[in-house]
Amino acid sequence: MAIVARSVTKRFGSFTALDDVSIEVPAGSLTALLGPSGSGKSTLLRVIAGLERPESGTVELDGVDVTKRPPQKRGVGFVFQHYAAFKHMTVRDNVAFGLKVRRRPRAEIRKRVDELLELVQIAGWADNYPAQLSGGQRQRMGLARALAVEPAVLLLDEPFGALDARVRKDLRAWLRRLHDEMHVTTIFVTHDQEEAMEIADQIVLMNRGRIEQVGGPRDLYEEPANEFVMSFVGPVNRLGDSFVRPHDLELRIEPNGETTAGTIERVVHLGFEVRVELVLEDGRDLWAQVTRDEAEQLELAPGGKVFVRPRRSRVFQTT
Amino acid sequence: MSRWLLRVVGLSYIGVLLAAPVGLVVWRTFEHGFGPAWDAVTTPAARHALYLTLLIAAIAVPANTIFGIVCALAIVRYRFRGKGIVNALVDLPLALSPVVVGLAYFLLYSKTGWFGGWLTGHGIQVVFALPAMVLVTVFVSLPFVVREVVPVLREIGTEQEQAAATLGASPFQTFRKVTLPAIRWAVAYGVVLTTARALGEFGAVSVVSGHIVGKTETLTLHVEESYQAFDYTAAYAASFVLALIAVATLVLMSLFKPKEEVR
Repeated sequence: MAIVARSVTKRFGSFTALDDVSIEVPAGSLTALLGPSGSGKSTLLRVIAGLERPESGTVELDGVDVTKRPPQKRGVGFVFQHYAAFKHMTVRDNVAFGLKVRRRPRAEIRKRVDELLELVQIAGWADNYPAQLSGGQRQRMGLARALAVEPAVLLLDEPFGALDARVRKDLRAWLRRLHDEMHVTTIFVTHDQEEAMEIADQIVLMNRGRIEQVGGPRDLYEEPANEFVMSFVGPVNRLGDSFVRPHDLELRIEPNGETTAGTIERVVHLGFEVRVELVLEDGRDLWAQVTRDEAEQLELAPGGKVFVRPRRSRVFQTT
Repeated sequence: MSRWLLRVVGLSYIGVLLAAPVGLVVWRTFEHGFGPAWDAVTTPAARHALYLTLLIAAIAVPANTIFGIVCALAIVRYRFRGKGIVNALVDLPLALSPVVVGLAYFLLYSKTGWFGGWLTGHGIQVVFALPAMVLVTVFVSLPFVVREVVPVLREIGTEQEQAAATLGASPFQTFRKVTLPAIRWAVAYGVVLTTARALGEFGAVSVVSGHIVGKTETLTLHVEESYQAFDYTAAYAASFVLALIAVATLVLMSLFKPKEEVR
């Protein structure tokens, strides 16, 4: 089910959280709302879910205007960053909640809940309370609970934000697999560009209540629309008016006419990747990313001289 | 050493200020044996006083429980004009002397009062009767449920309620299945405090009741009346009954509370 938001504006007091924002999410896709904190990404998600009312603009689900509908009548599944588990209910009752509210037959509820607990791999915890689960398990329960009512769209608000790095990585891959099996139109909010690039089909990059760019992960990385996008989706060096990625800097021992001389300040070995921090002759700092083999070949060491040339760089029109 | 000292200070404080007076009441009640005490609390006047006390509590406590939950929800979950005033007014009964409350109600509802004239004209007797006694009891015992529930509502936040809404629950279903279970212990504790306050109210009820023995005399008024009449056994025995009801309320609450509350 496609999701369309048109000219949505939302204010909290004098703060404009969403400033005339429009997006289109194709049916069956997995879209990331990416941006720094305060960019309005969570607010947009909550407007789509009906948890916030926009001052103006409309939300359409599958071509139907649902702007005035309360959340319980939108058929959305919502997953919260801090789980929003019903603490006084067992895991089973949490997952069954939406079905019980809909007064489905007891046998059907039981069957469906068992399937979902199996799917999210917490079947052994059915009769425990949320407080007895780990963060990752609690979030999987939150996902099962949202999926139980077979929502037309699934909305996840920083679903892995409260989890530690390793669990987050596992759950990411798992969510992508789940999406590939179920094809529910999904939007998830994240401030982590790596997370967005790893699992999303489409990324909507937001900043200060506006959309900066919409596109696939590669589009945003390779064809950033502006300086903000370029520096948000990956590391960047500034060379005068142009911007260059650290891996697009070529380091040479000999000058070749196009290069600028620099002095190595620091060499950081991160396994396969080696990070080289330099000061150019004119005093500008930048850093280059090279492979371990390249670093060995060039015999990079602090204090050494090196010649730098950008292989690829971008200049943006200042607005 | 300091731990030992703390314990002694704490225990003697409780001992002198709480246990000793209550213990004295128990001792004085049964000073002349069980018989006289039993006779004292089974006189028609005492039985009616007990009935009236329980009746007033049975009206005031549910009323304040429902109002308290609604009011707490309004204060925590909604934004409206005059919210600050409502919030402050809820505490008024704690700050105001019950005698003043009684007097205010007397002035409003007596024959010459603002509402009293009209009501009396329509054959409704408020002061020197049950209605005024219930009204003042509701007034003095109003803050407890609100004050217990408000911080718990704040602490649980709105996420669980929002989750319930996205799962298809109507506002009422959300309240019944999510909000109410989350605040139930605060409500229970508020009910216990409300009950204790309603049972023990003296000043306000004293002003509006008219002290008609067998008609508008509650247990606390009966204690005072007996004491003034030098009927000490009756006074102590009635006090003992009051204390007993208070203890019973506390025990009931702890019985309902499951042993292993999972948080």
